[in-house]
Amino acid sequence: MGEVGIGMARPAGAGIVDADVHCTVPSAAALFPYLADHWVEQIRQSGFSGASENAYPPGIPTSARPGSAPGDGRPAGSDLDVLRTQVLDVDGVEAAILNCAYAVDTIRNPDAASAIASAVNDWQLAEWLEVEPRLHGSLVVPSQIPELAVAEIERLGDDPRFVQVFLPARSAVPYGRRDFHKVLAAAVERDLVVSLQYGGFPGNPPTAVGWPSYHIEEYVGMASVMQSQLMNLIAEGVFDAFGDLRVSLVEGGFTWLPSFLWRFDKDWKGLRREVPWVRRPPSEYVHDHVRLTTAPLDLDTHRPEAFATLFAQVGGADVLMYASDHPHLHADTGDDWTSMLPEDARAPVLGDNARAFYRLNR
Amino acid sequence: MSVTERLPDTADTRATGGMVDCDVHTALRSPDAILDYLPTRWHTHHRTFGGNGYYGSKYPKSVPNAARVDAWPGSGGAPGSDLQMMREQLLDRWDIDVAILNPGVHSGGSRNLDYAAAVASAINDITAAEWLDHDERLRGSLVVSFEDPPAAVAEIERLADDDRFVQVYLQVRTTQPLGHRKYWPIYAAAEAHGLPVGVHFGGNSGTPITGAGWPSYYLEDHVGNAQSFQAQLTSLVLEGVFERFPGLRYVSIEGGTAWVPPLAWRMDAAWQRLGDEVPHVTRPPSETIAERVWFTTQPIEEPPTPGDFLDLLDTFPSLVDRLMFSTDYPHWDFDDPDHAMKHVRLPDGAEEKIRSVNARALYGL
Repeated sequence: MGEVGIGMARPAGAGIVDADVHCTVPSAAALFPYLADHWVEQIRQSGFSGASENAYPPGIPTSARPGSAPGDGRPAGSDLDVLRTQVLDVDGVEAAILNCAYAVDTIRNPDAASAIASAVNDWQLAEWLEVEPRLHGSLVVPSQIPELAVAEIERLGDDPRFVQVFLPARSAVPYGRRDFHKVLAAAVERDLVVSLQYGGFPGNPPTAVGWPSYHIEEYVGMASVMQSQLMNLIAEGVFDAFGDLRVSLVEGGFTWLPSFLWRFDKDWKGLRREVPWVRRPPSEYVHDHVRLTTAPLDLDTHRPEAFATLFAQVGGADVLMYASDHPHLHADTGDDWTSMLPEDARAPVLGDNARAFYRLNR
Repeated sequence: MSVTERLPDTADTRATGGMVDCDVHTALRSPDAILDYLPTRWHTHHRTFGGNGYYGSKYPKSVPNAARVDAWPGSGGAPGSDLQMMREQLLDRWDIDVAILNPGVHSGGSRNLDYAAAVASAINDITAAEWLDHDERLRGSLVVSFEDPPAAVAEIERLADDDRFVQVYLQVRTTQPLGHRKYWPIYAAAEAHGLPVGVHFGGNSGTPITGAGWPSYYLEDHVGNAQSFQAQLTSLVLEGVFERFPGLRYVSIEGGTAWVPPLAWRMDAAWQRLGDEVPHVTRPPSETIAERVWFTTQPIEEPPTPGDFLDLLDTFPSLVDRLMFSTDYPHWDFDDPDHAMKHVRLPDGAEEKIRSVNARALYGL
């Protein structure tokens, strides 16, 4: 399974939007052209290899689909031509949202975090977005320092080639907290989506009950982290405070959404006096403000009944956006699952929802 | 949101007798009520240093003691401290056959492990002397100092012969995920004595209560317990605890139920792709969960359309044999036996299993 294509059943006449493809910074040296001399010297002297913590350790089965590494020693996801061959040039694909999961949040030195985030964005602009107009970018920001994240959004957020701000799902402080509102405001002011994505290295445990032993637990647990972030955004009232805020939840699954909202809506009725600014049931904010990507699917294709039930309960035709998650590969069956989409949901999920959410037609 | 609509096809078939309530809370009349059961060595300590908890971890509840406002006994004690009131408000009122008592005082959040073990023993002695001895409908959960597994094992050994205690009782917010080998001696002891291990809402781990840091509100603490339960089940399954302890039965108490099918499938998908990392996991996680894990119902998730719950159960049919009714008396989010399950539509025959049959089989009642 090396091909990404949606296959024969793609909707005629409507372009596919892939809402999550990755670009990988191949090395710290790749950023030198975009860094001030001071930082180049610091990196050379210290031997700093870059923010190289990787939520997808290279070499494990989910990290790189066959053929996604360029073959010259650079990592999967670092070559635009490979992305073209495996994603963009596949029949029917019209656009893709480009995400760079560079772990700027692991850099404790605030000035270095800021400089390196800027370098990654300039690298994305020069080597990906400028060269390939079908790609729409995500701004990397030092999310652990709200003021510096705002500064980066102010520096580049008006460039129409960026459509969202990338925030790692795991954080030291959840993103709805009011010290982070300035970041949300800066994004909304520039019509940028705020995107919570798989990963993050804040230093605190990835669960409420400590550090699990294995990667697979953290992988599974990212769905719970997404729930915690979404819960906090809603409980803090950000969707009323910022009426135009749009949030994408990327690479954290979606099948958890119905049960989560059933409980959250119920508890909101019992406890809403604590959060009177949350004026509507949580599920309504999700429907109006939040979109989720389809990879990982979290279901095998042998469960079409379960898919049909979950897809309907999620409101998939309204809130889901197709994503290949290239170069990651979550299941041997790749994109075969798209044949399970109800006929009237194909166009929305495969393209229309992302086109509208990211305003790609303007 | 029309979650309160009454469903004619289920309302008339509701059984009234034989119900098992799998989550009923007892409390101390006052903090000093434990002294009669604590060794003298701890009397002054209890009043001064106390448990030395993971301070800074608490969100004020919506109401005192998180209790129903009508559950405060006239005698002046805390809600859940008065057997007569419990009879009137719960046991007699709904003709409950068996109630599993889950003490509201726990020892897991104490960093002083000797004190924690002493408190656990005292609470269990109170459960026996002040509750189980006085009403045959009651069964007890064994409180253990779970952050100190040798002490927990000793407590299990001390009381395992009293068959009125029907499970080992932990809280969900632990300092490490429950699949970690630190906790395995507790499972070995529980397995040896045929006791299920029940894990209940609450506790203090000392670290943020989400994987994304500290949130702001009790609402998030309350909703967020579900994510803590998800983390525990994930850890238990993917550390291979159920393979290592083939007789172990695990009960998720007050942690929610509707998230179970999607989490099980997510684990299956991950295991198919990443199983090489965890060779000790020898079966698809969904199969292990279907066989070995039980869930109490309160707070039952309420979908906007009651039929959605049935549709979800249809995709994971074994869950019907693993759900067990609970009220969470006397807490504010009490699920009333007459009303709670109206918000969800169940398959034919499921109601009797959930209200009675499943718990009787699990706990050997």
